[in-house]
Amino acid sequence: MKQNKNDRNRQSNKSLSYGLSFLAFVIVLYIVIFFFNSDNFFTSLKSSKDIIIQILPILVFVIVMMIFVNLLLKPKNVSKLLGGESGIRGWLLAIFMGLLSHGPIYVWYPLLKNLQDSGMRSGLIAVFLYNRAVKIPLLPVMIFYFGIGFAVILTFYMIIASVLEGKIIEIAEKSFNGKKKIDI
Amino acid sequence: MQMGNKKMKDSSRETFYNNFKKTLKSFVVMLPVLLGVILLIGLFKTYITPDLISSIFKGELLQDTFIGSLIGSISAGNPISSFIIGGELLKEGVSLFAVTAFIVAWVTVGIIQLPAEASILGKRFALTRNFISFVFAIIVAIATVLTLRIFT
Repeated sequence: MKQNKNDRNRQSNKSLSYGLSFLAFVIVLYIVIFFFNSDNFFTSLKSSKDIIIQILPILVFVIVMMIFVNLLLKPKNVSKLLGGESGIRGWLLAIFMGLLSHGPIYVWYPLLKNLQDSGMRSGLIAVFLYNRAVKIPLLPVMIFYFGIGFAVILTFYMIIASVLEGKIIEIAEKSFNGKKKIDI
Repeated sequence: MQMGNKKMKDSSRETFYNNFKKTLKSFVVMLPVLLGVILLIGLFKTYITPDLISSIFKGELLQDTFIGSLIGSISAGNPISSFIIGGELLKEGVSLFAVTAFIVAWVTVGIIQLPAEASILGKRFALTRNFISFVFAIIVAIATVLTLRIFT
């Protein structure tokens, strides 16, 4: 148990230092742009500010969801619902969760990481992320531009593609883990 | 009895507080990379304009579908923007195959978000998922347009 906690701490320190270096790189990029074209610097900064304002409510929602997932879903339950033995119910659950989720893809990473740590299969994470791309509230806009037939057919193929992607990721993962064991 | 209830209340309050702390801590760890991605999207919106995107298509069906998936992959922002740009591209004569690949890749592949995805969900998972999504954007586009042609 202590070993697990140490591993988790090491992993989170690694993630933090990676995140800080990435952020530093982007800030340096902005500084360079400021000296070459200050107009574009301010436009980009304003766009980023607008995005933050736009995603803030979803971020708060994700944090609240994470607290409840930690509180109510124990790893044993997550494993049963979305883990190795979840079966077809797990795939359907991941599809529906993805379809109903809202907002940009990156705000969902922390919650998925939480679920992954509790035993969610990587194939189902991929299914969730792919179906998150099917934006039900935006379907009327898609219908307006491309027609109802296009929207229905595209949505159908995207759901099928999500399951195929999940399966391929799990096969790739299994073969990688198998290779790793042989190497050892 | 009352003492037992109080003990239970205290213990569940403590569990909630510990969970809250744990969640906040894991969120703070992910914050720098999320902020970096948002700043990158801000840059993207400034530099990659719809005119620039439409100038890249060549008029060749397969090549354009590949280009559509490629541009969609490196694009970021609200999917409504992809529909609007896609609609404009269609008006300018770009094929529906290419436009479909573009709007599918826009929402399923995230090159700009890749550092965040790799750091949070794992490098191998992120690279595999994005690569497969890129290929699937082309396949889904071809399947959608061909099926649409059968039914209309």
